[in-house]
Amino acid sequence: MKVSERWLREWVDPAISTAELVAQLTMAGLEVGGIEPAAPPFEKVVVGRVIDLVPHPDADRLRVATVDVGGVEPLQIVCGAPNVAVRMCAPTALIGAVLPGGFAIKPSRLRGVESRGMLCSARELGLAESADGLLPLPVDSRPGQSVRELLALDDTIIEIELTPNRGDCLGMESIAREVAALNRCEFRPLPADSVPPVVDAVFPVTLLDPADCPRYVGRVIRGVDPAAATPPWMRERLRRAGMRSLGPLVDVTNYVMLELGQPMHAFDLSRLTGGIEVRRARPGDRLELLNGVVVEPDAATLLITDHHGPLALAGIMGGEISSCTNATRDVFLESAFFAPASIAGRARRHGLQTDSSHRFERGVDPQLQRRAAERATRLLLDIAGGQPGPLVEAVSPQHLPAEPAIRLRPERLRKLLGMGIPAAEVEEILRRLGMAVAVEVDHWLVAPPSSRFDIALEVDLIEEIARIHGYDRLPGNRPLTRMEMPPQPEGRVALERFKETLTQRGFQEAITYSFVDPVFQRCLDPERQSLALANPISADLAVMRTSLWPGLLKALVYNQKRQQTRIRLFEHGLNFIPGADGLRQEPYLAGVATGSALPEQWGAPARSVDFFDLKADVEALLTLTGEPEAFAFVVATHPALHPGQSARIERTGAAIGWLGVLHPRVARELDVEGDAFLFEVRLEGVRTARAPVFRELSKFPVSRRDISILVDKAATARELQACIRRHGGERLREVRLFDLYQGKGVADSQKSLTFGLILQDFSHNLTDSVVEETVSGIIAGLARQFGATLRV
Amino acid sequence: MDPLPELLQTAQAAIAEAGDPAALDQVRVHYLGKKGTLTERLKELGRLPAEQRRDAGQAINEAKQTLETALAARKAQLEAATLDARLASEALDVTLPGRGQRPGGRHPLSRTLTRIEAFFVGIGFAVAEGPEVEDDFHNFEALNIPPHHPARAMHDTFYFDAHTLLRTHTSPVQIRVMERQEPPVRVIAPGRVYRCDSDLTHSPMFHQVEGLLVDEDVSFADLKGVLDDFLRRFFERDLGVRFRPSYFPFTEPSAEVDIQCVICGGGGCRVCKHSGWLEVLGCGMVHPAVFEKVGIDSERYTGYAFGMGVERLTMLRYGVNDLRLFFDNDLRFLRQFQ
Repeated sequence: MKVSERWLREWVDPAISTAELVAQLTMAGLEVGGIEPAAPPFEKVVVGRVIDLVPHPDADRLRVATVDVGGVEPLQIVCGAPNVAVRMCAPTALIGAVLPGGFAIKPSRLRGVESRGMLCSARELGLAESADGLLPLPVDSRPGQSVRELLALDDTIIEIELTPNRGDCLGMESIAREVAALNRCEFRPLPADSVPPVVDAVFPVTLLDPADCPRYVGRVIRGVDPAAATPPWMRERLRRAGMRSLGPLVDVTNYVMLELGQPMHAFDLSRLTGGIEVRRARPGDRLELLNGVVVEPDAATLLITDHHGPLALAGIMGGEISSCTNATRDVFLESAFFAPASIAGRARRHGLQTDSSHRFERGVDPQLQRRAAERATRLLLDIAGGQPGPLVEAVSPQHLPAEPAIRLRPERLRKLLGMGIPAAEVEEILRRLGMAVAVEVDHWLVAPPSSRFDIALEVDLIEEIARIHGYDRLPGNRPLTRMEMPPQPEGRVALERFKETLTQRGFQEAITYSFVDPVFQRCLDPERQSLALANPISADLAVMRTSLWPGLLKALVYNQKRQQTRIRLFEHGLNFIPGADGLRQEPYLAGVATGSALPEQWGAPARSVDFFDLKADVEALLTLTGEPEAFAFVVATHPALHPGQSARIERTGAAIGWLGVLHPRVARELDVEGDAFLFEVRLEGVRTARAPVFRELSKFPVSRRDISILVDKAATARELQACIRRHGGERLREVRLFDLYQGKGVADSQKSLTFGLILQDFSHNLTDSVVEETVSGIIAGLARQFGATLRV
Repeated sequence: MDPLPELLQTAQAAIAEAGDPAALDQVRVHYLGKKGTLTERLKELGRLPAEQRRDAGQAINEAKQTLETALAARKAQLEAATLDARLASEALDVTLPGRGQRPGGRHPLSRTLTRIEAFFVGIGFAVAEGPEVEDDFHNFEALNIPPHHPARAMHDTFYFDAHTLLRTHTSPVQIRVMERQEPPVRVIAPGRVYRCDSDLTHSPMFHQVEGLLVDEDVSFADLKGVLDDFLRRFFERDLGVRFRPSYFPFTEPSAEVDIQCVICGGGGCRVCKHSGWLEVLGCGMVHPAVFEKVGIDSERYTGYAFGMGVERLTMLRYGVNDLRLFFDNDLRFLRQFQ
């Protein structure tokens, strides 16, 4: 809502500066988004009256005007405006004036004719974006008067960003009441004005849907002057509120809307048939709107119709056919109350957002309609003449909003605000806000004015009191509280520990969108259906991720395109996995690594990251559970991973994630350069932890034996180690695989593995013979199960 | 045969001259070895008359001790020199960088979330979570935002179908917590939220932290106190904080909270649109209609709720000037937050 400060001060004029007023409004919940001057600075522009006009001798389009500017001598001014006319008053820039944009007025000659000043359009004064002629001033203006003064241009436009509950402040009157309450000063409402009918012309109104439209006030005004022009003061106020002047009939309805907050409509009576009916749309209803769009409203849409058919989308926009034109002589004025629920959302459905729908959606004072109609009549008669008929009001009282009487308890006020406010102040605040306050034994009974339809509950009143009293004057507390220690379960690994582990291992945390490119999604998780947005922001952010990989790989590609070659990223967040029993929204943790294993450095050989680097990172995460041995990396294939370099991660047999190299085909499709190593684990699969349990330390020394064996290539390290442990028994404390060899000296079908076996007993020193016996048992077991032979 | 003093002098000179442990040992053998000069002299003592023997023996022994001391000193000297020489040859350029992996870092938003959680957990709040794909009831209805409420238009909601959407704020977690827990309730709910809007200052996904405290005697003053503390702790500055009346359907009274601009200190700059203030939080007292939806007696209990934008706080805290940087995941940006 754009508010002219000067206009506001006609209602209420506290002795505070513009800056103080702005701060006050903001701190009262009417947040000021910005202020701007009503007109750019300029001086030496006065009212000029054209007293003579002759054609320019050498230019068809120019005329030579003699202009009275109140001085001794009239000025000769060359003018090209099409609307220049004798007796017209227009802004005249005198020699020495500097107009907006730095345009200085000097004596000049135009095609040989001397010109001593300039007649100005609204655009040239910075009052409009465009203009098609001089700005006409009232013909009774006094030549020589400053135009700034005449048009009250030394004014500030205050833009208030209203919250949706304060629809009442979409009218100047309510804002003025606020300012008066804030400053404890007087407020001058518009005088109640009722215009007596001079003709008995009426146009009947029927409410067919009184729940949606419980009140409709109409009035016929005959014989308005189609040539009348909107006075400059009204055009200026409309302009400062951000509205264009569209002729007196429309301007008056808009002006009353700005004053009182009541949207109105003016129909051309000659286009109406029978009478007004307010009803829901029916099949076959069609309407061409003022903006030229043709709509076929659905059954939820409220219409203003006559006996022929639809005239307007109620509370949203009028129709083209019945609109006022510059030929209109007989007018039917509409001032109605539409229930917010009957308007809300309808305008958007038709792609419309009008000043009227904006107000009706938020709510309009249900008692305002007669007053607004009278006010508009008065203004219209003043500007364009005409003979008013009587007001016609159709009303359904039981459908009008209830007027609540709200109980306000001082005790409740104190409890909610944390401090009491003196009764006298409470009562003054409420009364200044237009509320009727009755003092009862232990509470007040408060009736808000009909304009404050946002107030229905005790808490609403408490907010009003706090707001006007000033939030900044309310105390701040550090409350006393019952201390209670929060649980710190050791059986759950804190998410922070996983993140710390990864960052310590060189990963950078990423945050990517939860909606991803369907192409990435399909490439990386082709077997799962993903949840699609009905209204995605763009085609590449259209489906909810089922894996963190699409987002991470997109970030990887983004970085590769910016000359980053070594990339290690991880992310934590929800995946959205549709299933037979509904959507699962589950947290996952995933990472991607590409480029060199270590940052480029002098002290370590350069080497590309490989499967086992990333596996170590994953193992470091699994170790946080306190039972890394519960996890297994199982040979398995995944559609997005290299079939020979991928593993399913399992915890006691249940799948919890994947580890592997991005499939080269997928890498090519997604534009990923080089090998990308990926992991992803379901967070719940790694969050449960085993708390440590102490085991006795052995006092006896360890013995170590190393064995190298040759086995078939297909035998996995995991199986071999399991076999070794099984045969090593209790005494085998640890198995260390420390060499793997394939190549010269080893048959192609085989590989050589070297294990360090660490043996120890709890009750005595191990003798050589016991050690040898254990090792032989292990070798024999390996031979039986895998055909392993000792490599000599 | 040289007299003893000359012999001693010659020997001491030889010790001083010995340049390495081997040469020194030769000197020792020459004088003190089995057939060494001094050893021979001791053997010859027997030939002396008995009255001279005692004095002569004492003199030889003294000379021998002098030489032994001199030998030991010289030996230590030579060893020290050898060690010094070896250590000198082993000198490293200690300014060379260390070897191995270098740590990465946390995303700036994650860093901020961690800090916010720590402040509130420290005064007894628990961390609660909720789904991101939400239903209309929890995201709107239960928060006193019925269909067609003007506040809905401000939310630019992503939908899946008529009833399923991406949560537009973390406030639905309030509802979920109150549905399953009797007061007292003290939670914060950090997380991702979504709005169908994308430009310089809007991201279709962003983060909020919701806070909710419900108990028997909670007032607006408590809310002011906790947020005032939080903002000063978060920015580690004694900055001005102001509460401004505002409107949220699910709180009454409602407030927006501004801090004195951390960029210009309140004097006015581009970031604060020359107002000197920055809006960082929305809050208020839980609306009775919300309590009613979750079956909490609003006569007995009162509560406050607040919600803050994590991106905005992070930008102000670290001076980040472009919202989009948070979701590009450009390593050059991320590495600035080690």
